[in-house]
Amino acid sequence: MDYTPHTDEEIQQMLQTIGVRSFDELVSAIPPEVRCRSFQIPEGLSEQEVLTLCEELVQPNRSLHEFASFLGFGSYHHVIPTVVDTLAARGEWLTPYTPYQAEASQGTLQMIYEFQTLICELMGMEVANASLYDGASALAEAATMSLRAHARPRLLIAQTVHPHYRQVMSTYLSGFPCVVQEIPSTNGVVDLEALAKALNDDVAAVILQQPNVFGCLEPMGEAFELAHRVGALCVADVYPISLGALKPPGSCGADIAVAEGRCLGSPVAYGGPGLGLLTTTQALLRRIPGRLAGCTVDRLGQRSFTLTLQTREQHIRREKATSNVCTNEGWLCLRATIFLSVLGPQGLRELAALNAQKAHALWRRLQELGFMKPAFDQPFFNEFTMRCLNDHTIEEINRKLLKQGLIGGLALRPWYPHLPDAAVWCATEMISTSDIDRLLDALKSL
Amino acid sequence: MKELIFERSVAGRRGYRLPPCDVTPRPVAELIPEEHLRQHAPHLPEVSELDVVRHYTRLSQLNFSVDTHCYPLGSCTMKYNPKLNDRIASWSRFAQMHPLHPASCSQGLLRLLDELEQLLCEITGMAAFTLQPAAGAQGELTGLKIIRAYHRAKRRARTTILIPDSAHGTNPASAALSGFRVVELKSNAQGLIDVGELRRHLSHDVAALMLTNPNTLGLFERDILAITALCHEHGALVYLDGANMHALLGLVKPGEMGVDLLQLNLHKTFSTPHGGGGPGAGPVGVAKALEEFLPTPRLRTRGTRYVWEERGKRSIGRVHAFYGNVGVLVRAYVYIRTLGKAGLERVSRAAIINANYLMAKLAGTFPAAFPGPCLHEFVATLKSLKAHGVTAWDAAKRLLDYGFYAPTVYFPLTVEEAFMIEPTETESKETLDAFAAALQQIAEEAKSDPEMVRQAPHRLPVHRVDDVKAAREPNLRWDVRGHKQFAKF
Repeated sequence: MDYTPHTDEEIQQMLQTIGVRSFDELVSAIPPEVRCRSFQIPEGLSEQEVLTLCEELVQPNRSLHEFASFLGFGSYHHVIPTVVDTLAARGEWLTPYTPYQAEASQGTLQMIYEFQTLICELMGMEVANASLYDGASALAEAATMSLRAHARPRLLIAQTVHPHYRQVMSTYLSGFPCVVQEIPSTNGVVDLEALAKALNDDVAAVILQQPNVFGCLEPMGEAFELAHRVGALCVADVYPISLGALKPPGSCGADIAVAEGRCLGSPVAYGGPGLGLLTTTQALLRRIPGRLAGCTVDRLGQRSFTLTLQTREQHIRREKATSNVCTNEGWLCLRATIFLSVLGPQGLRELAALNAQKAHALWRRLQELGFMKPAFDQPFFNEFTMRCLNDHTIEEINRKLLKQGLIGGLALRPWYPHLPDAAVWCATEMISTSDIDRLLDALKSL
Repeated sequence: MKELIFERSVAGRRGYRLPPCDVTPRPVAELIPEEHLRQHAPHLPEVSELDVVRHYTRLSQLNFSVDTHCYPLGSCTMKYNPKLNDRIASWSRFAQMHPLHPASCSQGLLRLLDELEQLLCEITGMAAFTLQPAAGAQGELTGLKIIRAYHRAKRRARTTILIPDSAHGTNPASAALSGFRVVELKSNAQGLIDVGELRRHLSHDVAALMLTNPNTLGLFERDILAITALCHEHGALVYLDGANMHALLGLVKPGEMGVDLLQLNLHKTFSTPHGGGGPGAGPVGVAKALEEFLPTPRLRTRGTRYVWEERGKRSIGRVHAFYGNVGVLVRAYVYIRTLGKAGLERVSRAAIINANYLMAKLAGTFPAAFPGPCLHEFVATLKSLKAHGVTAWDAAKRLLDYGFYAPTVYFPLTVEEAFMIEPTETESKETLDAFAAALQQIAEEAKSDPEMVRQAPHRLPVHRVDDVKAAREPNLRWDVRGHKQFAKF
């Protein structure tokens, strides 16, 4: 099956209009030496055959619907209201591109303007862009943005930032003349003394994650106050759902706040597509990477929307652009916009509360076992770190849980070898009391 | 005038209810210390579900899209996006998979990704692929980091990337972001890379040539073998911006013309929906000698099982938090399996025929900037309108009135009053005829009523939008203060 509409007769008519006898005349600029000699792709299939093929392909997969999963670590299972899927499936949303022609793209542009407003409100920040690829690349862009904004060579990042995010940032920065220094943690949060010692007027930015990779709540306000004292920028990576309960980065002094926004109405999808959120202050507006939609008027003075401040961008500024980003995650912006609109302030507050309640219930119940003990004495939102003090390794326990349709916490050892018996556990609103009961029963009978 | 969702807000109205708490419900203030808690709720709209449905349905109707309009946006390959691909990608055993669950839970998905890597290798003639980059520009960045790592492994400090003047803006931006210096190559009179100019610029400082083939004018670089050989003689790599791979399916494999690495834009060539600006996917393919530099984790087989290999001694590292835009990758896989060998070959053939047909139909009105034949797209010049005080931008706006999205305007920068037109293979002959007729009509209108064209569009939800005001007085968010809907905050 292919999707070309042409009949053989039409092809002939078209070739005639072009003034060639055959298709090969059209591609005569291609040297014969480079023409394909073989093209070993399976033959095409009908829709029904493709469905059968893919049904077989997904058989070995097990989705989040088939497990009770207590694993988050940067990818959280949250509710998706039906209207998000229904509205986002409309072809008018799914099949346009970047709204270059404003008059024919007012839907997308107004939606992005609403999205930017919603994200600013959520984060307590002044400006939001129209998305980046994912939370990790948003963090990397925040790092390069800080380096450009400040002619200073050092970046400080807490070791409590998600290890994958630190890796992506390091890949992005590999061509930059800068030094990245990791700040150690103490009792599960950034070590403020170590941070204070590392800070001087060489530091372009300090980067923290809230809640951090262990689930702990960082002393973000204090850390950012230290950073501001030496004129460094403050970068926060946050978890949007938590902002229904937690203090937003704008209230903690962040100059740039980024996040993985997939949790706002988009499926986990094996980690991608994600939705990179990047917000900042008016002062840094011209440094922001990516698209921005702005409100303006049309020729007759009616409110209308357009892409704006494009002189920052690659298609105008080329090698002097603030970033190379072009295609972003527009469709996920739409999903987040619908998600936040339908939840409203009350819904978001309740959602955050449910997460905190379920995770704290799980935290209490796990300690009833006797062999699970909190690794840190710190407040948390919906994720926390437990040490496992019996004869089993976390990996062994997780293998046993898996057989019962349960996914245990994530072992931290690969990234934090000094925490060999620790795992990060998560409970979102998708976890029920009976899931927790089942988990406890399974752990009791190890 | 379209209200904003905020302007529909009524204090206390709800659009969604969460289930009651089934664990001992404790106030959040008892669970989390006050210093960490939010003092004021964010100003989100308070609307009903129907409010949301009407609002976003009506907004959607203000858009042109592939599903509703011909969208000949050059270089973006706005072809039909088959619905089957969306359907399969939404299955929970694809869409509701956690990236850190044990690999035993995702063997089917990993098999799909492995098969997709192999299909892309066969289509491009490259030795290995990473599916991790989330879009074309991130693919470019990945490729440039690989180039840097390759030269460093050979203990060479090469700092220059050569880029033709007709290249996409992302190319120089990606090169700069990777720490390279960009040197622009001037195209020759045929719009192609000038081999003499290339030779003059090649030195021991050149890390790579970054080229697009067919280039952004829709022309095949006919000296490609000489170009790649020359670069290799000087120890430079050849990077192909695969944004235009659409023209080459089953015709040419970039690996066989001396390309060392490339990115593909799956949302273009392999027809995943563009989503109003993403998500895309920008897998990177490399020749054997560059495989060890690919991002981690790499997908591997151990016996009959698929696993992620986290470490690679010479890898450039991660570029994505997890494994890339998997939801997009699933759609591209379904597309390739549906079309198969003959279908993919027909894609490029029909795309090339459509572009040449349209170029021929327009030759008397708006001729191509460079003589054809072209491949999947061409660049027309509208400089003849200038005599009437009408610009390509005006003509683009007028085209919207005729129900066509506008081509890419003023790009490439090397062509005066450029219209970069890519009809794609899924548009029918009668649509192309109507498109050509509309442009011919606009050429007439420019003569008879230039003011009307300058004020276009006239039939859209809004009139000509004031971009200058938007940039001079940036208004990037709605100010909730002072609006009665939010009085209680």
